[in-house]
Amino acid sequence: MLARTANDLFWMARQVERAENMARLLDVTYRMSLLPYEIKEPGEKWAEPWAVPLITTGLANAYSERYPGVSAENVMRFMVLDPENPSSIYSTLRAARENGRAQRGTYGIEMWESLNATWLEMRSLTFEVIQRRGMSEFFDWVKERSHLFRGVTFGTMLRDEGYSFIRLGTFFERADNTARILDVKYHTLLPSIEDVGGAVDYYQWSALLRSVSAFTAYRKVYSDLITPFRVAELLILRDNMPRSLHACMNDIYDILKSISGGQRLEPERLAGEIHAQVHYGQTEKIIEFGLHEWLMHFVEQLGRLNEEINRHFLVPVYN
Amino acid sequence: MSGLDGRILPHYQPYASWREGRSTEYFVQKRNEADAMFRRAGITFAVYGEESGTERLIPFDLVPRILPTAEWELLARGLVQRVGALNRFLHDIYHDQAILNEGIVPPRKVLENAQYRPEMRGLAVPGEVYAHIAGIDIVRAGPGEFYVLEDNLRVPSGVSYMLENRKVMMRLLPELFALYPVEPIEHYPDLLLDTLHQVAPGGVNEPTVVLLTPGHYNSAYFEHTFLAQQMGIDLVEGQDLFVRDDTVYMRTTRGPQRVDVIYRRVDDDFLDPQVFRPDSSLGVPGLFSAYRAGRVTLANAIGTGVADDKSMYLHVPDMIRFYLDEEPILNNVPTYQLRRRDDLKYVLDHLEELVVKEVHGAGGYGMLIGPAATQAEREEFRARIVASPEKYIAQPTLSLSTCPTFVESGIAPRHIDLRPFVLSGRGIRMVPGGLTRVALREGSLVVNSSQGGGTKDTWVLEA
Repeated sequence: MLARTANDLFWMARQVERAENMARLLDVTYRMSLLPYEIKEPGEKWAEPWAVPLITTGLANAYSERYPGVSAENVMRFMVLDPENPSSIYSTLRAARENGRAQRGTYGIEMWESLNATWLEMRSLTFEVIQRRGMSEFFDWVKERSHLFRGVTFGTMLRDEGYSFIRLGTFFERADNTARILDVKYHTLLPSIEDVGGAVDYYQWSALLRSVSAFTAYRKVYSDLITPFRVAELLILRDNMPRSLHACMNDIYDILKSISGGQRLEPERLAGEIHAQVHYGQTEKIIEFGLHEWLMHFVEQLGRLNEEINRHFLVPVYN
Repeated sequence: MSGLDGRILPHYQPYASWREGRSTEYFVQKRNEADAMFRRAGITFAVYGEESGTERLIPFDLVPRILPTAEWELLARGLVQRVGALNRFLHDIYHDQAILNEGIVPPRKVLENAQYRPEMRGLAVPGEVYAHIAGIDIVRAGPGEFYVLEDNLRVPSGVSYMLENRKVMMRLLPELFALYPVEPIEHYPDLLLDTLHQVAPGGVNEPTVVLLTPGHYNSAYFEHTFLAQQMGIDLVEGQDLFVRDDTVYMRTTRGPQRVDVIYRRVDDDFLDPQVFRPDSSLGVPGLFSAYRAGRVTLANAIGTGVADDKSMYLHVPDMIRFYLDEEPILNNVPTYQLRRRDDLKYVLDHLEELVVKEVHGAGGYGMLIGPAATQAEREEFRARIVASPEKYIAQPTLSLSTCPTFVESGIAPRHIDLRPFVLSGRGIRMVPGGLTRVALREGSLVVNSSQGGGTKDTWVLEA
């Protein structure tokens, strides 16, 4: 298929997934902010729940250039509606729709209508309207629109190359998001893995699990206290946990294998190499290595994989 | 809908009876549903000059325009004749120039025309077809009395609205299709793809066809995506193509793939920066070289604009007589050439009765509708004409057909025209129908969507 088409489809899916992840992150942050919490070390800005979405997305600097101080309303405005912030829900849905519009000839009308209707509704919203209807209502709506789009895609789209690149975009964004969320929480909230306990910790960790829809799964799998060790295991190594790194890498590797069509290209090899680390990895070893270091290494490898995918499929350069 | 005596025409009778039983509210609701369908499907167009990215709906009218079988058959014969002659003319002026040598058309008007492409001299195109897709704008002045307003031989648009209008009508008012035997038009994309296959370069058995678009800022972008999807072909931009050894390739996820036929919706000027406008980023460097080598077909061919120029329009009946030895079936609207002194004087004396157009204008911009204009507007235009008369032509306002149209005050007559889409490959074909455009403002004759025009579904009745 046309490389630019594949690129647009890949990014269309990534942006929808990104909007959903942002909604999840903001939703738990919002719920958290309703709870009483203690600042562990005075002056430690990480402990402010509304700073978390800024750190996770690497947008703290961009934010501070545009807004004075970290407050619930300002972060919401920045992350939900600010057209100047490329990671705001507004911007990601707009970008998804623009990518989709450029390629609307390559997939069915129902997918397009779902994407377009989402954008048209998003465009009509103001902060006041969202507030009046309820923040959580809004985040649920974003998640539902993402579910709907993925469902329409899954349920209607021809299993062709375009479908593969759409799925690839979804899992790529999801893996990246899970790794970043895990890193920020771990890095900023719990410098020591033995530092377990306390109501704040409980809520912080349960919020993390909720932000990746893993709270119920955790209970089912472990039927026990929430510990950082197990959270890491669940979100990195459990392959039956759909937002875990292992589950995402399973899909990424399979898709790249099928796209490569037996040519043994570098993207397939590299995906296999990353996949092996989560497939055969052990939580103890990861913690020993340093969770933060391990996650950063993982994100770097994803970045390299993305470059290889660009070079071979999405933005090929000949001559 | 009504004849000159005010009686409802027989072919509108079933519609009129059906309509009687329904309230205005019913139509308001249906129209809102139609708008919602168009908007949800993203069937919008961009208006130049407005804030970039602005998308607007083209107003859709729920009252169909109905053409009886016999009238359509006559019109179709006239279209085949006219487009056939235009293609012969294009081949001729880029080869032997018989029509110029015999003095039928003044050579200067062709060879000095900005749309004439000397690069096309002696270049062979498959099947000697130049205008593969032609949109001929027609008005009907009475039964079987059709006038051609304009030939569009470059990149005519609007066919997606023809197809979408039918889809929306069938979904909103299915019972009407039980009252009328309406000829189907939905196979247009198949006919188009088949036509494009027919004109592939020699020796190519299974041609790869692509649609070349300027990109999503183009006002007709919806149509480009729509047609590419309907034909199941790739929608490419200039950056997706490259030329190596006089062969055009597209960049795919599996490496370079050869392209044989390009249905291009990019103007001549922008196709190849090495040959035409050097600042174009929409085109493909080297494309013309591949084209000249016969390694790729462009549809439409380069240089068709010289034949649909408004100053060439008045020669089309002579082209038909010269190439086909037939009398024209479709009439030309009498046209005054303002570069002629007599015509100029007549036009300046009768501005309030005439429509004055720029020779190279398009889209309903830069024209004066004499009867509808104010005195001040006419005087302003008069000054522009006097300053450079050769830039203008003028035509009388015909007593154009009107069609009942849903407007604020209920249903009222509005002026309409019709753009059938004529396809030329090994033969000349079309689907029965076209895009009916309607001037929504009372008394207005301007049907262009950029100027407040709307569209209707067009029904040709089965014999």
